[in-house]
Amino acid sequence: MALSRLSLRSNRFLRPSTTAAALPSSIRRHVSTDTTPITIETAVPFESHLCDAPSRSVETSSAEILSFFRDMARMRRMEIAADSLYKSKLIRGFCHLYDGQEALAVGMEAAITRKDAIITSYRDHCTFLGRGGELVDAFSELMGRKRGCSNGKGGSMHFYKKDACFYGGHGIVGAQIPLGCGLAFAQKYSKEEFVTFTLYGDGAANQGQLFEALNIAALWDLPAILVCENNHYGMGTATWRSAKSPAYFKRGDYVPGLKVDGMDALAVKQACKFAKEHALKNGPIVLEMDTYRYHGHSMSDPGSTYRTRDEVSGVRQVRDPIERVRKLLLSHDIATEKELKDMEKEVRKEVDDAVAQAKESPVPEPSELFTNMYVKDCGVESFGADRKELKVTLT
Amino acid sequence: MAARIHGGAGAGAATALSTFNPKKLVAPSRTNLPARSSKRCIVAAAGSDASKSLRVGHSQKLIANAAVATKAETSATTGTGHELLLFEALQEGLEEEMDRDPHVCVMGEDVGHYGGSYKVTKGLADKFGDLRVLDTPICENAFTGMGIGAAMTGLRPVIEGMNMGFLLLAFNQISNNCGMLHYTSGGQFTIPVVIRGPGGVGRQLGAEHSQRLESYFQSIPGIQMVACSTPYNAKGLMKAAIRSENPVILFEHVLLYNLKEKIPDEEYICNLEEAEMVRPGEHITILTYSRMRYHVMQAAKTLVNKGYDPEVIDIRSLKPFDLYTIGNSVKKTHRDVPTPYAGTLEEWTVVQPAQIVTAVEQLCQ
Repeated sequence: MALSRLSLRSNRFLRPSTTAAALPSSIRRHVSTDTTPITIETAVPFESHLCDAPSRSVETSSAEILSFFRDMARMRRMEIAADSLYKSKLIRGFCHLYDGQEALAVGMEAAITRKDAIITSYRDHCTFLGRGGELVDAFSELMGRKRGCSNGKGGSMHFYKKDACFYGGHGIVGAQIPLGCGLAFAQKYSKEEFVTFTLYGDGAANQGQLFEALNIAALWDLPAILVCENNHYGMGTATWRSAKSPAYFKRGDYVPGLKVDGMDALAVKQACKFAKEHALKNGPIVLEMDTYRYHGHSMSDPGSTYRTRDEVSGVRQVRDPIERVRKLLLSHDIATEKELKDMEKEVRKEVDDAVAQAKESPVPEPSELFTNMYVKDCGVESFGADRKELKVTLT
Repeated sequence: MAARIHGGAGAGAATALSTFNPKKLVAPSRTNLPARSSKRCIVAAAGSDASKSLRVGHSQKLIANAAVATKAETSATTGTGHELLLFEALQEGLEEEMDRDPHVCVMGEDVGHYGGSYKVTKGLADKFGDLRVLDTPICENAFTGMGIGAAMTGLRPVIEGMNMGFLLLAFNQISNNCGMLHYTSGGQFTIPVVIRGPGGVGRQLGAEHSQRLESYFQSIPGIQMVACSTPYNAKGLMKAAIRSENPVILFEHVLLYNLKEKIPDEEYICNLEEAEMVRPGEHITILTYSRMRYHVMQAAKTLVNKGYDPEVIDIRSLKPFDLYTIGNSVKKTHRDVPTPYAGTLEEWTVVQPAQIVTAVEQLCQ
């Protein structure tokens, strides 16, 4: 996508702490490839537990901030499209949407590599996209088509991408936490210098298995980073009603923790970078990302019985992650209003095309019901409900 | 009586109890038995008989690839072998696999420095180090989940439950993650874990420590279940389970750990999906597994004296059932007596040999 060339007008920088890489205004360059370092201060300070908080000055670049915008816009569009697909009954079952929380997915990706592992819960569409997943694979999986990332057999809650070390995609609240510590264990076992980010919500933070897994991770010095995506509601129950201590970053007790403004992609990036360095040297760390979801818990939840519409629209006005990045881009003159609008239009078209393509994808064949039960399916015969039909040998 | 073949639904426990009326118990000799510490001498007698008939009757094959269910050549004769106890056989199998594949690791409570609560992992921590033989804290849910997570990346953990009953705490991980991840990821991830542990009625261990969980696990798709009963098949099944790409649950029995048998020196594996023909016969098929095998063989002696010719099959593979062997046998005899295991109270719910004899006689009338 070719952007029109922009000139950097150094007298328009509003934020005080930019680096002095002053470029003459006569030089024109492609903004999308401009990787000159810029430093931005995070709006909200980090709160730390048993460790020194990282600096509030985040090193980034125009290209990176622009990519944040594009990726978050794409994620937002995808979730909205999923909403309307669900309402038109093309997506069925459970559908948990991530809009509002996009900064977490993009900020994390900016700090790590594709060899670091991520595992999350059922609110996994955007995390999948962040790991390099294709829109059409996501929509196909949501609609249960063959083209889907899990061949249509997983659904909304079971997105996986093995080649990008994305381990899903799990329906049972909190069950992914021990799995994530197991991934970290395997990384330590193979002596690779990579880490695992295990994401869970404020609801899952009360699960016993979290503390069990954290104990083992701390005991064995595993490179595990536990990230609590605190969107303040465990389905319909607010955090103050479910947790005696809602300071989730402190609940690791002997494990250090950090509280981060999860609606600020740059703060997320800084925290994840810090956490990765920490985990490789000192073992596990807990990150609490203060974030918010605009939709209800899932598509069956209107999201308005336990919180007011004013609250939701208030957050949208003040803290929306995409708007923040837009303001940043405009104030630093990295892009103009029109360019950003064009980018959004392109993203919208991208998403619409992907939906159309996914709709064309065929459903899996009936024989797929019996594949991948076992590896090298061991010749077992499988019957249908009444033992007379659908007799198939698992091959 | 028409042949009854068990499907995979594990309804056996219920049907067995309904057949046997505890009030009709004949000579429950076990009530006079001494306490737990002398379990060794009680079982060994039956064990040696069983292993004799094992060598005569079984049609085992030594195969290189455990996951292939082929019917091929008969076993090599065991010329020189070495004698050992069942838990030592398990340890040998585990050690050989850990030598062979650096991805194999063991995790469980007290498996490392303590050597294992039933000595199955004795000496392994010294040999392989703390990163491969991991002492976990007491959190079955978490360390089972960790084993599964590690397996997703290619490691091959052997997860020990100190007692099968404790694995109920990890049931979510076993059912939802272990069993289903291969399927829900469209084949992207394999979970080559082995979950093993002793279960079953011991010597007055109490209700919670005497559970058999086969019927609970039967309904989980995607896992394989096997039960070992002799040192020979214990080692073979352990090795096969570790090499399998599927999650395998290996059921051991507390009272069988001290069984002695001579096993081959050369390397061998047992097929995970196959049943073992313990004693071929003509009149009736008796299906059994794990400890009940010995009760059945005792009953078989009585039956032979009474003029019957029972065929005894140790089904070994609980999920999937080896319907080929079982089917052939039942076609031959047209009668079968399942002896599944349900022990929630000691002694009089454990099926006794005398009860087996009674059942066979009833069926053959």
